[in-house]
Formats: sequence, C-alpha cells, structure tokens
Amino acid sequence: MALRRSVLGLVAATAALLAPGTAPAQTLKAVMHSDVKIVDPIWTTAYIVRNHGYMIYDTLFALDADGQVKPQMVDAYTVSPDSLTYTFTLRDGLKWHDGKPVTAEDCVASIKRWSARDSLGQKLMTFVDGMKADDAKTFTVTLKSPTGLLLFGLAKPSSNVPFMMPKRVAETDPNQQISDFTGSGPFMMKTDEWKPGDKIVYTKFKDYKPRAEPASGLAGGKVAKLDRVEWLAVSDQQQAVNALLAGEIDLIEQPAYDLIPLLKGDSNIKLVDYNPLGLQYAMRPNHLIKPFDNPKVRQALTYALNQTDFLQAAVGEPDYYKTCKALFVCGSPMATDKGMDGLLESNFAKSKQLLKEAGYDGTPIVLLHSTDLQTLTNLGPVAKQLLEKGGFKVDMQSSDWQTVVSRRVRKDPVDKGGWNLMNTSWVSADILNPVMSSFMNMSCDKAPFGWPCDAEMEKLRDDFAREVDPVKQKAIAEAVQLRWREVVPYVPLGQYYIPIAARKNVSGILTAPAPVFWNVEKK
Amino acid sequence: MLGYVLRRLLAAIPVLAIVAVLVFLMLRLTPGDPAAVIAGDNASSEQIAQVRHQLGLDQPLPAQFAIWIGNLARGDLGESFFFKKSIGELILGRIEPTLSLAAATMLIAICVAIPLGVVAAYRHGSWLDRIVMGVSVLGFSVPVFVIGYLMIYVFSITLGWFPVQGYQPLSGGFGGYLHRLVLPSLTLSVVYIALIARMTRASVLEVLTEDYIRTARAKGQVERKILFRHALKNAAVPIVTIVGIGIALLIGGVVVTESVFAIPGLGRLTVDAVLARDYPTIQALILLFSGVYVLINLLIDLTYGLFDPRIRQ
Repeated sequence: MALRRSVLGLVAATAALLAPGTAPAQTLKAVMHSDVKIVDPIWTTAYIVRNHGYMIYDTLFALDADGQVKPQMVDAYTVSPDSLTYTFTLRDGLKWHDGKPVTAEDCVASIKRWSARDSLGQKLMTFVDGMKADDAKTFTVTLKSPTGLLLFGLAKPSSNVPFMMPKRVAETDPNQQISDFTGSGPFMMKTDEWKPGDKIVYTKFKDYKPRAEPASGLAGGKVAKLDRVEWLAVSDQQQAVNALLAGEIDLIEQPAYDLIPLLKGDSNIKLVDYNPLGLQYAMRPNHLIKPFDNPKVRQALTYALNQTDFLQAAVGEPDYYKTCKALFVCGSPMATDKGMDGLLESNFAKSKQLLKEAGYDGTPIVLLHSTDLQTLTNLGPVAKQLLEKGGFKVDMQSSDWQTVVSRRVRKDPVDKGGWNLMNTSWVSADILNPVMSSFMNMSCDKAPFGWPCDAEMEKLRDDFAREVDPVKQKAIAEAVQLRWREVVPYVPLGQYYIPIAARKNVSGILTAPAPVFWNVEKK
Repeated sequence: MLGYVLRRLLAAIPVLAIVAVLVFLMLRLTPGDPAAVIAGDNASSEQIAQVRHQLGLDQPLPAQFAIWIGNLARGDLGESFFFKKSIGELILGRIEPTLSLAAATMLIAICVAIPLGVVAAYRHGSWLDRIVMGVSVLGFSVPVFVIGYLMIYVFSITLGWFPVQGYQPLSGGFGGYLHRLVLPSLTLSVVYIALIARMTRASVLEVLTEDYIRTARAKGQVERKILFRHALKNAAVPIVTIVGIGIALLIGGVVVTESVFAIPGLGRLTVDAVLARDYPTIQALILLFSGVYVLINLLIDLTYGLFDPRIRQ
C-alpha cells in the first residue's frame, strides 16, 4: 500500500514537472559595464542608466538596424503640407507597469522633461511652437519652422533617450531625480530587490504589447522572452570573466580586451558584435587658454596625431578597431571623408611648421591622463609621444577618471588647476550628425568643456537642424567637416568595438547602438 | 569597572571629533567634484553648477561642516549624493556581509594560527617550526588579491567546489550563506593566520623559558597542560592585542576582498563612495570605522584583565 502511494506520488510529481506552463522561469544574469546607482535616464547621460531605461521604458520612435526612424509606441502620424504640424496617434493597448493606460498627456509631459535636459531636445524645442494632447491617444506638435530634428529627436538612440513616463513622473522638476520607476517597457524594475553596489533586477512585464514587426535595432517588436534579468555589480573584470566561464553568469556587456583570448578559448562562450557603429575615441583641446586658443595650434594636432597608434595601444586586437576619419562615424548616413586628406597621418614636419607659424613658445601643454579606466589609460602616453614628435612640449598629469571629470570643467589657467588637452570616448550613436555631436557644439560658453567658439560652425549646425531633406543634410554635414578642418573643435582618434561575451545558450542578442534584452533567450 | 568603561567611551568623543574634522577637510582638499561626476559627460557648466547647488556644495566650507555636524548630532548621517538613499539605511544594508566576512575570517585565523604558533614554539628550531614560520612570511607577503585569484583558480574554476563570486544573505539559507563565505574568508584569513601564528610563537617561546614553567615540569606536570594551561594563558596578552589589531585591520582587508569576490559589504561601499566622491557616505563610513577602532581597543584593554589578574586590580 505504502509502495503504491509512493509510486503514485512520484508519477504525480513527474507529471507536474512535465505539465505545460510549469517550465522553469528563465533568469539571465548579466554583468554590465557599471553598477546602476542613478535610475533617472533623463537626469543623467550615463550609459548604464540609458541601458536601464531601455529595460523599463518605451519610446515613441526608434532607429531600426539600418538607422531608419520607425514608429514604436506611435501607431501612425501625419504631417501637414507646410511641414509645421505633426499629429501622433498612440498604439492601442499600451499600458504602464501599474496597469493604467498610456495617454497622450503622458507623452507630452515626457517630451517636455526630456527636452529640458537633453542638448538635442533643447535644440529641437527652439523649433517647437506648442505641444498638446488632442485626446487620450492623440497629440500634436506644432513647429515655428520645418525641421528634420523632430522625428529623429524622438528616436534618439543614446543619452539622453526620450523615454516615455507617466505624467505624474514626467512632471518632476528636470533638475531633480525621479523616485517613481513606473515605465511601459517590456521589463519592470523590481524596486524591492534593487541594491546599488550589488544588483538590479527586472522581471517581464506581462501586459506589454509588442509591435507586430520583428525586432530590428531598437525598433520593431520588443518581445521579452526572459522572465527575469539580473544585472550584477561585479567591478573586477577578471572575476566577471571567471564567473562567465564557470556558468555563474550568462553575459558580460563589455569584457576587457586583454581577457578576450581567455573567452575565445572556451567552447561554451561566444562573442557577439552587437554594435556595428561602436565607439569613438576623441581628443579635446581647451579653446579658452593658450596655446589651443589659436586655430593653427589646434590644426597642428590633426597633423601630429594618427589613429592607428592610439587604437593599437588602447584596443590592441585589430578585429575590434577601425581607423575612421569621418566625424560622424564610419557606417552612419552622415559619414564622409571630405576635407580629411593628409590629416591624422603623423606628418610631424607639417605639425612643427604650423606651430612655428602660430608662434608656439614651447610652454608645456597640460594633458589630463586618466589611469583607472582601462579603455582610456593607454591613450595618454601615446598622445604625449606623438605630440612631442610633432613639436609640442607635453606635461602629462595622471589621475583617476573622476579627477579628470572634475578638472576638465575648470576654465582656469593651467597653473591654477586648468588644462589644455584631454582624451575621452563615446558611443557612436551619440555623434551621428552635427547637432547630436556635443564636441561639434561651438557656442562658446554654452558649449561643453573645451568651450570652442565659432559662429560659422553654429550657423551650419542650425542649417542642418532646419533641413528635412536627407540629401541636403548630408551636404551640410560635409560642409561642417570642412569647417572642422579649419577650427578643430576636437580630434577623432578612431573607432572601436566592444563585443558582448555570452554563454552559448544565450541567443537573440540584437544588433543595436545599445545593449537591449528583449528578444534575448536562454535555452 | 563600569566607571572605567564610561571614562574610556567619553575619551572617544574628542577622537571622533578630530576624525570628523580631518575627514571633512581632507575630502574637500582632494581633487574631484561630485557635481561633475553626477551631472555626467555631456553636462554643461550651468548644469554642473545646478547640481552643485542642489548638493549644497556651493556653500562655504564652515557652513557645510556645521550642517553635517548638526545632522550628525541628531543621529542623521545624511543622504548619499549618488545612491539617493539615507546613509544609515545604506550602511545597515551592507553590514551583514562585512560582519560575516570579518567574523568567519577571524574564526578561521584564530583556530588555525594559535595551535600552529604554540606547536612551532614548542618544537622550536625543528623542521615544523621552520615550515610554519616560512609559510607565515609568505602569508603576509603575498597581497590579498593574489591569494584570492589563486584560491578562485584552484577551488572554483579547477575543482568547482565554491562559487567564483557573490554573497548570499543568511536569510536565504545557511548552506548557501556558508558556501559563498568560505573562499573569501579563507583568502582574507591567510594574512591573519601568518600574523597571529608568529606572535603566538614568539610569546609562547618567551614564556616557555620562565622559571614557573621549569617548576611545573619539575613537579611532573604533563606537557600538554604546561603548554596550554600555563604557557598559553600567560602568553595571551600580546596574542589578544594582535588579534584585536587584526580585527581593526580587517576593515582595510575587506575592501580588497569584497571587490575581488563581488560581496556587497561596507568595503565595496567605501570604494564606490570614494570613486564617486560621495562625500557624506565617505564621511559616515570613516566615522563608523573610527568608532569601531576605538571600541575594539577598549575591548582589548578589557580582555587583558581576563588573562592577567594584575591588570584587573
């Protein structure tokens, strides 16, 4: 009797295990490039917060894998014949994570908050006459003059992304961080499990209604195939790789280049080149103080430097870098080589000649060198060596990145804590055209650190913002590049790529300018 | 005794006050601007100034200090610039992993080091003594992170006995808690085993030459009793001191170990706060650590009395 009960129990347990709908929940554990400490993607431009935004929020428009603007939360839109009135209708069935419907009022409030913080949004608002919700699902944007920035701005792929939030959240002062993390994206944030410095957890939003089209880039159907995603804060790269090799985690967003051979040697690991545009290294001179207040000295930079030396030192593996002189990155619609002949080829004689013409007196230039960010550390010594060969005297001052960050915003002379040159990098999705690229902003005091000033460049950027025809936009982008050669707001040091490292059982990683987790499966 | 404890605790107040002033000033003199860090890469000077204003960093230093001390006096450690959480809450959330790591480390260290030191002293000059001393030199010469990586390579990657990284709270089950704690505790304990074993050996060796040990032997006492009852008890004061100092030094050790093993404790919180120039969090943590130092010193002094009646009197 007892035996029969045991057998029956075993059969029942087995049946329960095999019954449909009882499949084990799919949990994916990932180590991202940073821990999530701030969770307001409108308030900060940090890439990890942008990635967090893509988990829990949705966008009105998005760029597909070909870089084309596609509707996302928007079902349809119309443009008036004079191109001054855009009417947007939201898709049916869009819901916030609290179950309430997404309304046009929510979207208008979200666009307002985004445009108060984002540089492209601010530019866009100079064209906007008004925004209003017509009914629960429709809203209208009226322009003062036509611009190609509206749809592109609403599809902006990188920081700050115009994520939609409920009206009550979007009405938060743009200078204050939000404290309500209700979104309408394919995943929900588990606020009770968020422990900064440890992990952030997302679960599938079951009421999310994906578009019918297949996922493409950041557009198309955002189908969440994972039940739970955990981003673990593992600051030690070697440990992250060890954990991936041991199967304790499923994915590393940005494995260190020197550890890639270790990953390649394991048959359970694959490397996924998910971001075809990659990132760009850049050198920024301080235009406010000598000697880089003189355009000729800045032009000398473009002759003394070459991209290959930087890329070899910083990346090393040729599969993951590309020399690319195009300011708006190779592979993008605005990419062009116009005006770049003879530049970035380490023509030291020409550099010295320009310095002589500029009357450079040999005063050492202060180069800020970051030592704790692996992707940037090797740029400093290469810059010093090339610049010295090109006739500069260089005082390379090393510190941690946060010191560089706080020092680069100082406008003081170098003997009072100021600076002359610094290196940085950004994702290519941030610099796809002259308006987006913040280092091309030459509006003097309003420009980011380095504070370049050039009325002609600003006029070209305004022309680009006004233009709606992509062919004419490309012509303006070329004119911008030609002007860049004269005024040199910054120097591009090459394009590079960081693959995602994942266990072989992880599939569906999308090609996109940011790592996204919809469409991803773990088998 | 109670009066003595109270006097010692009162004496800690000026120490903590000096620490508070020093920490506050040193952080402000250190290069770095939390507002620039928080505002992000593309922030304009105006946006950075706005953040600085929100954080109160545009106020004169004396005013900033007065606000901080005033809040502290009311038991309010303030709010983290970065985490946007109360620092008290942050510290409470991180204290379990650090306490667990510290307790397990000292437990392993004491259980291994003291017998090793006693045996080395007893077998003074033998091959066993030389091995113990040689290994202990190695133990405190090799950096913690190297030992950590070696342990991970052997026990996690090669043998697969322990997880590579991470921490499981006690509330998640004792088995998992212990499983994840073994490797980091072993890693961190190596240096303390070395330190305590050497000190134990030296102290016991000194005591073993005392007249009363010879007398005990002459009276026919068994060696085990001589060693553990007479020698070790009389050698305990310097050993307790080194154990106490070891506990205090653990604060530095956990910073590295928690980073290597991805344990969300106070050590990692300190590193994160320093890298982000999160002034209120750094200030609170340094004060906390200073308080722990003071408390441990007091406990060491009180423990002396347990072993030496002369001190008790």
